[in-house]
Amino acid sequence: MKEEGGLHAPAHASHGSKGHAHGGTHTPVFTGDRRRQLDELLTRYPNKMAALLPALWIAQEAEGWVSEGSMEEIAGLLELTPAYVKGVVTFYTMYHQHPVGRHFIQVCTTSPCGVCGAEDVAKAFLKHTGCGELGVTSADGKYTVIEVECLGACGFATPIMINDDFIESVTPERVPEILGTLK
Amino acid sequence: MGYPHKSHPRETPVLSRHFGDPEARTLAGWRQRGGYRALEQALGMAPADIVNVVKESGLRGRGGAGFPTGMKWSFMKPGDGKPHYLCCNADESEPGTFKDREIMRWTPHALIEGCALGAHAIGAETAYIYIRGEFTEPIKVMEAAVQEAYRDGILGKNAMGTGKRVDVHVHRGAGAYICGEETALMNSLEGRRGNPRIKPPFPAVAGLFGQPTTINNVETLAAVPHILTNGAQWYKDMCLSSPKSTGSKLFSVCGNIRKPGNYEVTMGFPFKEFLYDLCGGPLPGRKFKAIIPGGSSVPIQTLEEAEATLMDYEGFVAQGTMLGSGGVIVFDDSQCMVKQIARLARFYAHESCAQCTQCREGTAWTTRILERIEHGDGTMEDLDTLLEIGENMTGKTICVLSDSCATPVFSGLKKWRHEFEAHIKQKRCPMRTAVAA
Repeated sequence: MKEEGGLHAPAHASHGSKGHAHGGTHTPVFTGDRRRQLDELLTRYPNKMAALLPALWIAQEAEGWVSEGSMEEIAGLLELTPAYVKGVVTFYTMYHQHPVGRHFIQVCTTSPCGVCGAEDVAKAFLKHTGCGELGVTSADGKYTVIEVECLGACGFATPIMINDDFIESVTPERVPEILGTLK
Repeated sequence: MGYPHKSHPRETPVLSRHFGDPEARTLAGWRQRGGYRALEQALGMAPADIVNVVKESGLRGRGGAGFPTGMKWSFMKPGDGKPHYLCCNADESEPGTFKDREIMRWTPHALIEGCALGAHAIGAETAYIYIRGEFTEPIKVMEAAVQEAYRDGILGKNAMGTGKRVDVHVHRGAGAYICGEETALMNSLEGRRGNPRIKPPFPAVAGLFGQPTTINNVETLAAVPHILTNGAQWYKDMCLSSPKSTGSKLFSVCGNIRKPGNYEVTMGFPFKEFLYDLCGGPLPGRKFKAIIPGGSSVPIQTLEEAEATLMDYEGFVAQGTMLGSGGVIVFDDSQCMVKQIARLARFYAHESCAQCTQCREGTAWTTRILERIEHGDGTMEDLDTLLEIGENMTGKTICVLSDSCATPVFSGLKKWRHEFEAHIKQKRCPMRTAVAA
């Protein structure tokens, strides 16, 4: 999605300056089962490009984020340019362009949840994870907390996601208990 | 069965009948509940006959636009020698809307049946269900159900033993509200950035992969098997007001209300009874203040307007708004309208694909000005500027995201102008102080 020039909290701000080594050694993602999974996906579409979003999901599940190496690998497999793949990756909010905490916590704060106290839920996560600030990964690498726009579960305010787990009706009081279940 | 509440006797549970019932998720359970009989019947019918039944029923698109479904299907020309595609729009991202999520979580086979049936009706062999990336549970449930349907021979090259090919694939999105716009959805499915396309050409002429395509919402497709089974007249008879609005409709209810959740009522149901009886009315000690009845993109109603509304396409228009997606967002008297409208604008600013200037700049400017007013730093001129920007954001862009950002600003300044002026005059949010005190 678009860059908004300061409209938002600095998502991923802490990563930008660290200068992750890009273009170094990349261990191929699409081998064995993952390669077979991609080959099966390719049978569903009339061209290879349509498998781009699913391929990026496979890469993110394998590596925890979508690295430049993954983008290049996928570009090669789907006969696209790495620049094209990066252009697509940067459009969608769910692909991580940097490593994130082991538990990636997304708190919905859009209006319907906002009027039910979602901002306090986000604050509670920032406090109890030690992240302190939205988009910043905790020092131990365990958590990243962000606010997310409408998760589509507005009747169950406040919904949150921790990686792929969707949790409904979260209140600030439930936050320590939820964090206690994470390793 | 309702979800998460038991069905209210005044509801009309057609699509929601099996919400909350885990057995309905399985193929065996779905068949026991009458599933896949409509598909079997439809696969033996000529596509044009199915289109006629759907036309006759009066079914209109449940995603937001309300376009007649049978007419949309009739735009797909049979025998043109091109591959046709059906896309099911399961990108449900309109704030306040969470009905498609429940259809997919509880009755995945209802959607598969609707997709297969729709595909046959428009001469397509392939249907893609594009589900928003955050819907991890619906995706899991849908994928498992699709696999079951393939194993059972319902889908595949010899669907239900009819010799017809019907493939259904689940495709996961990756976080972008705009991909619920039909042409953006097609771009995303093709592996592109989700920018909306200029129309024409319309999808029925050149859609997914450049081929004739129909895009239907989850709720629309899930309703079709019921229409085939029970007949067009049965569906048409579900009508309490305007004859142009037929059938049952799921409304998602959220915000400051006692019993948030999904409710299914016959078209034309009185909104006042819906809000106070079915949904339990306001929270203790509170009063309703403002209602957004059709997802965040439709005009905001005052309580008086909402209480006078009959819940169908024409009824909402008569009270200055739209049925939209049926996502009802309720604000009570503890909420500051300036803050709420600013928050909605921020949503659109975040979700703008940035393709059109009016939207890219307009959504961000609108947000900054509204937040400035909310924090007590606004001026009276800001109110004129907001209206001027809003005019420039309406009807001038490729899709309507820009218009959707301007809509609550217009409603707000028309109906709650005194709240904006109070922020400016007092240089602070009067509500915030009042609530704190």
